[in-house]
Amino acid sequence: MKDDVVTPRVLYFRRREFLALGAGSVVTAAGLSLARPARAADEPSLPLLPNVKKGPFATDEAQTPYTDVTHYNNYYEFGTGKGDPAASAGAFPPRPWKVTFDGEIGKPQTVEIDELMKWAPIEERIYRMRCVEAWSMVIPWVGMPLGEIIRRLEPTPKAKYVAFTGLFDPQKMPGQRLGVLAWPYVEGLRLDEATHPLTLLAVGLYGHVLPNQNGAPLRLVVPWKYGFKGIKAITKVRFVEKQPPTTWSRMASDEYGFYANVNPEVDHPRWSQARERRIGEFFKRKTLLFNGYADQVAQLYAGMDLKKFY
Amino acid sequence: MSAATSWRRRTWVAVFVAGCLPAALIGFDALRGGLGANPIAEILNRLGFWALTFLLASLAPTALKIALGWTELARYRRMVGLFAFFYAFLHFATYLGVDQFFDWGAIGADIVKRKFITIGFLAFLLLVPLAVTSTGRWVRRLGFARWKRLHRLSYFAALCGVVHFVWRVKADLRQPLVFAAILAVLLLVRLVGARPSPERRRALAQAD
Repeated sequence: MKDDVVTPRVLYFRRREFLALGAGSVVTAAGLSLARPARAADEPSLPLLPNVKKGPFATDEAQTPYTDVTHYNNYYEFGTGKGDPAASAGAFPPRPWKVTFDGEIGKPQTVEIDELMKWAPIEERIYRMRCVEAWSMVIPWVGMPLGEIIRRLEPTPKAKYVAFTGLFDPQKMPGQRLGVLAWPYVEGLRLDEATHPLTLLAVGLYGHVLPNQNGAPLRLVVPWKYGFKGIKAITKVRFVEKQPPTTWSRMASDEYGFYANVNPEVDHPRWSQARERRIGEFFKRKTLLFNGYADQVAQLYAGMDLKKFY
Repeated sequence: MSAATSWRRRTWVAVFVAGCLPAALIGFDALRGGLGANPIAEILNRLGFWALTFLLASLAPTALKIALGWTELARYRRMVGLFAFFYAFLHFATYLGVDQFFDWGAIGADIVKRKFITIGFLAFLLLVPLAVTSTGRWVRRLGFARWKRLHRLSYFAALCGVVHFVWRVKADLRQPLVFAAILAVLLLVRLVGARPSPERRRALAQAD
């Protein structure tokens, strides 16, 4: 049998053209996607939050569209794909919800989420969000300064760290049926980080109630740290003396540290952290030390070796 | 045209269309805004996925021939292998030109320092001579035995590609491990099948 019985001869000599055509198509596809035609779901449909004050530290950079903030999520409780949380968190019930505060505090208690939201002013905070995967967004969060809440709980002198626990409920969180991470998700901050005026307990997004896929009803936002520090669906906040374990550093301690401060000089072992792709942009931009919040937070780490305490 | 030839023609077209489909779907999704918030990462991931899929698919006919005696599929092996190269090339070109925008300093540092990129790059390099020598003329020029030996590199390329994927993911290893399992089966069949048959062994022994 001759070759050309199976392969039409005309296609034989066009392999290079075929590759060039493919490459051209990819560039066109990337360009088209970034040009982003207006999309229907770009407006929040959840209820508007009342009495939201403009908070401090707002960046005036272009905000990432609502659709992107709500459809490109790392929230393994609802699956490991970026689109999984938006696809599978719809049925999750963010109310009723209680949060327990305990450990080294004068006023341990369990409080209903709507009651907790009266403990501090509800503010809009427009922050940069830098993911450890080297992409970033600009997100208008709505929430309460964690420091104000902590003040009401009266931490004792033994309270050096704050340990957060997310919800564990595989019925409601299908991703927890997989052993990809050790559940429940746990995170932690040093007390001075937790009480820093930048640190936020978010309950909303774009002025509206926080969508399930973004961590409803209550999530942490620490804008100078990588996104994985922002634990979602918080049920428990414990004040402790020793540094608590955190989910990702338990999973791979050489790759994800307790501090997880955004730092272009300290690479993830498998990729560089020097640059990031802002969602919606073609060119990568330089990553800033402490995600551009160095003026506010650098003093927290004075004298610390940031390569060692990554 | 005989019935067998016309059937082969149609199968050839079907395989060709199947090979073009993932690329067409990327184009279609780009047009309807279906590549998500980070289209460059999405394109990279999809191209890498299909490069590896076609690469493993191109190794399957040999395994099926050894295990089940199916020989018909071998006819399409070259095209499937070329599609593997097509997607690997686009994956690599997208990394160079779109993701990194020809930032040669960053690319060089990546290739040297990031082992998942080093091994992915190696996988691509291994595929280049296979794509170049994929024509009948090259088979004749090299001689079939040498050509065949050269093309065993495809197994190493697949191995590097799978390791590249395993080393890339953060926590969810399910997909890369499926690729690893399929490759393990293909390699095992190939290695077991590489042992000469009893008759052949006897003939070899007599020749000594």
